[in-house]
Amino acid sequence: MEKEWFTISVYSENNVGLLNRISGIFLKRHINIESLNVSKSEIEGVSKFTIVVYTTEKWTRNIVGQIEKQIEVIKAFYHTDEETIYQESVLFKIASNLLFDERQIQNIIKDNNSQIVTVARDFFVIAKSGRRNEINEMYDQLKPFGIMQFVRTGRISVSKEEMPITALLNEFYQDK
Amino acid sequence: METVKIKTEVNPKKTKLKISGAEAIIHCLLAEGVDLLYGYPGGAIMPVYDELYKFQDKLTHILTRHEQGATHAAQGYARVSGRVGVAMATSGPGATNLVTGLADAQIDSTPMVCITGQVTRHLLGSDAFQETDIIGISTPVTKWNYQITEASEIPEIMAKAFYIARSGRPGPVLVDITKNAQIDEFEFSYEKCTAVRSYNPEPKPSVPAIEAAAELINNAKKPLIVWGQGVILGKAEEELKALVEKSGVPAAWTIMGASALDSEHPLNVGMVGMHGNYAPNMLTNECDVLIAIGMRFDDRVTGSLDTYAKQAKVIHFEIDKAEINKNVHADVAVLGNSKDTLGLLLPMINENKHEAWHNEFKEYYKIEFEQVINNDIHPTKEGLTMGEVIERINVESEQKAVIVTDVGQHQMIGCRYAKFKQSKSNITSGGLGTMGFALPAAIGAKMGAMEREVVAIIGDGGYQMTIQELGVIFQHKVPVKIVVLNNDHLGMVRQWQELFFDRRYASTVMVNPDFVKIAEGYSIEAKRVSTREDLKIAIKEMIASKEPYFLEVKVEKEDNVFPMIPSGASVSEVRLK
Ligand SMILES: Cc1ncc(C[n+]2csc(CCOP(=O)(O)OP(=O)(O)O)c2C)c(N)n1
Ligand SMILES: [Mg+2]
Repeated sequence: MEKEWFTISVYSENNVGLLNRISGIFLKRHINIESLNVSKSEIEGVSKFTIVVYTTEKWTRNIVGQIEKQIEVIKAFYHTDEETIYQESVLFKIASNLLFDERQIQNIIKDNNSQIVTVARDFFVIAKSGRRNEINEMYDQLKPFGIMQFVRTGRISVSKEEMPITALLNEFYQDK
Repeated sequence: METVKIKTEVNPKKTKLKISGAEAIIHCLLAEGVDLLYGYPGGAIMPVYDELYKFQDKLTHILTRHEQGATHAAQGYARVSGRVGVAMATSGPGATNLVTGLADAQIDSTPMVCITGQVTRHLLGSDAFQETDIIGISTPVTKWNYQITEASEIPEIMAKAFYIARSGRPGPVLVDITKNAQIDEFEFSYEKCTAVRSYNPEPKPSVPAIEAAAELINNAKKPLIVWGQGVILGKAEEELKALVEKSGVPAAWTIMGASALDSEHPLNVGMVGMHGNYAPNMLTNECDVLIAIGMRFDDRVTGSLDTYAKQAKVIHFEIDKAEINKNVHADVAVLGNSKDTLGLLLPMINENKHEAWHNEFKEYYKIEFEQVINNDIHPTKEGLTMGEVIERINVESEQKAVIVTDVGQHQMIGCRYAKFKQSKSNITSGGLGTMGFALPAAIGAKMGAMEREVVAIIGDGGYQMTIQELGVIFQHKVPVKIVVLNNDHLGMVRQWQELFFDRRYASTVMVNPDFVKIAEGYSIEAKRVSTREDLKIAIKEMIASKEPYFLEVKVEKEDNVFPMIPSGASVSEVRLK
């Protein structure tokens, strides 16, 4: 089976130990977490983990099964890139003099639909959100000028299909 | 206020009363029906032990000689009784000594709750005396774990712990309780947990899936059932028997499924896996429909997956969704508790006999009997075999004993030849293969089924891993029967060295102490035999005894266990010698 990019979405109760449990599932199978984001979800008290892996669908299915089995996990899904809307954000810190000396940099900022968020005496900061390859391209364009600092967030994504978490949770209260 | 994420049974007699966390733990255990637990005290759990002292008329605490022993005893207790086993330990080394038992219970789906003391809350993270991160350490080997740092959390967490341990696919739960939470007082009330919002322990059976399964079974020419412990855990023994008898489908078992169906049932065709029976292993690769019930296609069962039952349609009855398609692709997956799913399946099944197909099993059995079994249980050579010891136990115990095996050659021989008439009679460490399991597990098994004969079959190697638990047998007069099959070797490893490492016997010879003297040191009646005649007499005497009894049998030093599927080979590449 071919390796692909998969985005795993996990809806869970807020729980301190869960991240450890989930990361252990990857560790045990020697599967690298390419990016990880944990945040609140659309449902109160429910967290969402967004995990990106580059592996086969067979392993992804196996991992999602093991994740979903954890007591505090409400539901876990996986999607291919085509099935999701996703983004990552990055910050570039660059020496201020370049902004004025190198006209090209202003074009890069404009062409990449990015914004300058701060200009200080010694440095300025560019923020950019987008797909992984868009960000990689911008990185490559800026690199020759010297990047003082670079940081990238984990992927965040929403699926194109509906995720029936609220219905699942409501079932629990109805059964009572 | 937080939304309620667990459901509880409403207790009409609920009274509020202010008690310490430690006392609350006792009340939680009593409310869960616990009357027996195993453990070992120490600084961080002392408030709970102080309460155990006060409640000793209601709750018996058995002091094992090592915390690992406490976990295996709790497992043995759980496995024979179907109840949740409980083990307790202090923080630090007490807690880390539980890890092997947790891992064993996790992989063999045994319901167990472990309670550990922890340093007081304000010392957490300070590398305090006997502080270890047991939550971090135990995470991969528990179904669930939780650290309580406030007394008021105790009732809800304990209720959840028991519910999670026993529901769905059972497993071990660890609850770590800081010392301040044991000491502080709070208003106690207890409600049993009946559901957890994010946890779906028993998927509801799907009727279309069961219909699809029935259709495959009804149309099969060469169907084969392989059942596992899921039948025992689901209390589906009757349903399994009815299914087998109605459908006429030959049924084989994994090591964890042993005893769910009478060993001498004509449709019971034996054990599958590495040292399983010839017929079911060979015919796994000839059946047209493979009906897996409550088993997880462990590699010791399947051998090479690339050549496992490729010709067959596979039906997988399973409670744990994550097991479906994990190792073997299921053409039909039936999720749910085995009792429910088999119950729904039964009326859809046509009566059948499959006589010609049965004869194929009989042919293979004949070969195995002539080439292996007969020599094992009726040997003509001078030295004693492990097989004949098991056979004598079958005879003297009338196949009614609970057989607890350790890990190694004696385990495989024990599971191959022990005969069972009753479910929950084969207690062994299947998934983890934990040497040292049997002695403490036998203690727990006996205490969980006092009316039953419990015979532990242990190798000379594994015996010495938890031999100190003889102290429990001595102190509490636990009438277990201990049989050490002494080959003066780590026999199973020696066998592999002989077969696969050109007889380079690295560190597998054991120079053993006088086991009889050791047992006598604990005032346990003890015998050593090395002849056929003495063996017969000693086993008779052992089974007749009402007291603990130790029997060392000097067996052949270099016997091998066959049949054998070499690791990684196909199930049809069985070696008979
Ligand atoms: C705790 C542990 N350590 C090591 C092993 C590996 N191992 C499997 S069987 C075996 C030999 C067991 O020897 P013994 O208890 O004498 O039983 P025999 O095979 O001789 O019947 C060993 C070392 C294990 N299963 N468990
Ligand atoms: Mg041995």
